[in-house]
Amino acid sequence: MKWNRRLCLFALFLASAIAAARPGQDSDVTLTVVELAQGKRIYVGQCALCHGIEGVGGRGPALNQPTLRRAKDAQALYNVIKNGVAGTEMPAAWHMTEREVWRVVGYIHYLNRAEDVKLTGDAGRGRELYRAKGCAGCHIVRGEGGASGPELTRIGARRSAAYLREALIDPAASAPDGFLVVSVVTRAGRDLRGVRVNEDSFTIQLRDDEDRFHSFRKNELRSLKKEFGVSTMPSYKTLVATELDDLIAYLASLGGSK
Amino acid sequence: MKNIRSLFIACCLLLPAAAAAQVPYKRIADADAEPGNWLTYSGGYQSHRFSRLAQITPENVGRLKTAWVYQFKQRGTQETSPVVVDGVMYISESPTIVTALDARTGRTLWSWRRDISPLVKTIGFSKVNRGVAILDDTVYVGALDCYLVALDAKTGAVRWETKVEDNATGYSITAAPLAIDGKIIVGVSGGETGIRGFLDAYDAKTGKLAWRCWTIPGPEEPGRETWGGDSWKTGAGATWLTGSYDPELNLLYWGTGNPGPDWNGDSRPGDNLYTCSLLAVDATTGKMKWYFQFTPHDVHDWDANQIPVLIDANWQGRTRKLVAMANRNAFYYLLDRVTGEFLLGEPYAKQTWAKGLDAKGRPMVLPNTEPTIEGNLVWPSLQGATNWHSPSYSPLTKMFYVAAREMGAYYYKSEAVYKPGTFFAGGGERALVGDKASGAVRALDVTTGKMKWEFRLQSPPWAGVLATAGGVVFSGSNEGNFFALDAATGKPLWDFQTGGAIEANPISFLIDGKQHVAIAAGQALFVFGLPSAGRGR
Repeated sequence: MKWNRRLCLFALFLASAIAAARPGQDSDVTLTVVELAQGKRIYVGQCALCHGIEGVGGRGPALNQPTLRRAKDAQALYNVIKNGVAGTEMPAAWHMTEREVWRVVGYIHYLNRAEDVKLTGDAGRGRELYRAKGCAGCHIVRGEGGASGPELTRIGARRSAAYLREALIDPAASAPDGFLVVSVVTRAGRDLRGVRVNEDSFTIQLRDDEDRFHSFRKNELRSLKKEFGVSTMPSYKTLVATELDDLIAYLASLGGSK
Repeated sequence: MKNIRSLFIACCLLLPAAAAAQVPYKRIADADAEPGNWLTYSGGYQSHRFSRLAQITPENVGRLKTAWVYQFKQRGTQETSPVVVDGVMYISESPTIVTALDARTGRTLWSWRRDISPLVKTIGFSKVNRGVAILDDTVYVGALDCYLVALDAKTGAVRWETKVEDNATGYSITAAPLAIDGKIIVGVSGGETGIRGFLDAYDAKTGKLAWRCWTIPGPEEPGRETWGGDSWKTGAGATWLTGSYDPELNLLYWGTGNPGPDWNGDSRPGDNLYTCSLLAVDATTGKMKWYFQFTPHDVHDWDANQIPVLIDANWQGRTRKLVAMANRNAFYYLLDRVTGEFLLGEPYAKQTWAKGLDAKGRPMVLPNTEPTIEGNLVWPSLQGATNWHSPSYSPLTKMFYVAAREMGAYYYKSEAVYKPGTFFAGGGERALVGDKASGAVRALDVTTGKMKWEFRLQSPPWAGVLATAGGVVFSGSNEGNFFALDAATGKPLWDFQTGGAIEANPISFLIDGKQHVAIAAGQALFVFGLPSAGRGR
């Protein structure tokens, strides 16, 4: 146990030295072994949920990359962590001190030794597949498509390839926020199932699978069932492996894959 | 000539209201006798936020219509609770603006704006103001830059201003002052900057400091031993919400906030008196008569600044003077307000941090509920099971109505380095949001704390509650709903979509002898009333 820890610290020390020697983005992040270990502890506790323990990404983009799309240098990465990214799920780490943020920056730089992940699929073929499978019926890309699923214009910048694969195979496992499936039955006996567009304590607004809006006062409903963990998206596990790779390559290309 | 004549006519028209704007202390002390006005922040010194007006009832509340809407002058979070005196409504606006409105029409009579620097320090809270106080012919407001300002109630002219403390070190004022006999009581914000908290009283005529009651004991003072080392110097204990007053006992009841740093208690071993406490303070001398600490050595930012509600009720066979508080830590407390004796404590919302309270009201804290570097999931969130938004007590139903927040959070611990006027909190939280959180208006039996009914809300609320003698309870939601519930059953009776988040307290008053209800929502103040026959509203 003790040896494992020493080994780990030694590895971190090496990483720290490497990070410090790298030109450009890393040159101004020099941390001691202890500081880097502290950065790791914060990262694992507070960042890994979305970005993966090893920075491989998931709900958030991969960070084990030589370059990060929103953080070209260490200061930019500091700003992203401290202030969050407006309009995304990335929150501001307002509770961390300046020093703690820098330690996390240092640890992320330690992670991003990896080379760019090369996707095996063909993005061009994936694009054709996207059209052929009718994905645009529910998703918007560059202003075109339906809105009963999340917009995908920049999905490649926000989700890792692994996450996209999971979302295609098992959509319910990663049902996105803001697209809660709701089933209602009105007092008159009318059934409707759709995606929640808005809700307050007295009313709810739904969008059906033909993009029509429906508005209900809750006291008009006989039942209102929220289907947490359910997605209206069909599974694409029936695609052959190369098709799936192509589709992922296309999605990963949207908005940049970094 | 024509202008002069118009001015003269205008002055004559305003004169009855202006001449009537005399609010001696006795009027506030007897606020129950004039329910057509709303003379102080919580409606009366007992802080019931209860209207004795009974024209709006469960039977007719469904016919409520908008009487008028006032648009705030500057965009911001609007948390004002209006004061209404003889046809004039006094409101505060964000960041520090006071406006007198014609209560009949919502038209502005005068408005005063303090020049607040964009660099003003409001660390850990928004640039808000929750209301004004009135005494005799003067309106009092606390400013974000930590001044107390006295304004002529007729014109808005500044009569005096007093620096309460130095904003550069993090002190600020967001709470409405409390006017008592000859004095203005003021609490301060700044609990996230390591201030040393206090409660001040100022001479109402001159603005001179009458007394200061420190909430953190200094050297040689009782309670100092509850702070390790010099940690008391940055102990916080802010007094950032308006308290209550019992004229008979001459005691002020005022809540205190978190210890500093908020989420990292390593540097401040001990109970950290008198943070997260209710203080009973002699209104003449400023001496503390008793205290009750709800959350010793708090590490979750569970300020105890919530409104202390003064109730005279039967407790185990005899009528006693009680004080009730729905605390941010998710427990409802009942204390004897003469002695501070703990009588009862019951959870009123989800909490995962304490096994319960012992016989003296001290929480039996569960292990592994402290903030950590990796994050520890605990209910309630740092914003608490309730917060600054007011509860209400109806002496008719004997119920205590509270807008409760059901929200958990991962609590993080981080370093805490004190530099004057900077964030000194030692951590923070990531709250569970969206459908993982919710809210409710809950009616508690005032002497048992048991829930009688609840009305569920879409999200954890920031709106206060108003109960009325007509048997209606009003409150609001983050999603903009202003609504009425049956005070006896919680049944929803009426709702109106205001279009903006409601982060304010409702009040009720009379316009031309008709009951109205006012609430700030989004960037506007709405006033509702029953339609008059033949007027189409």
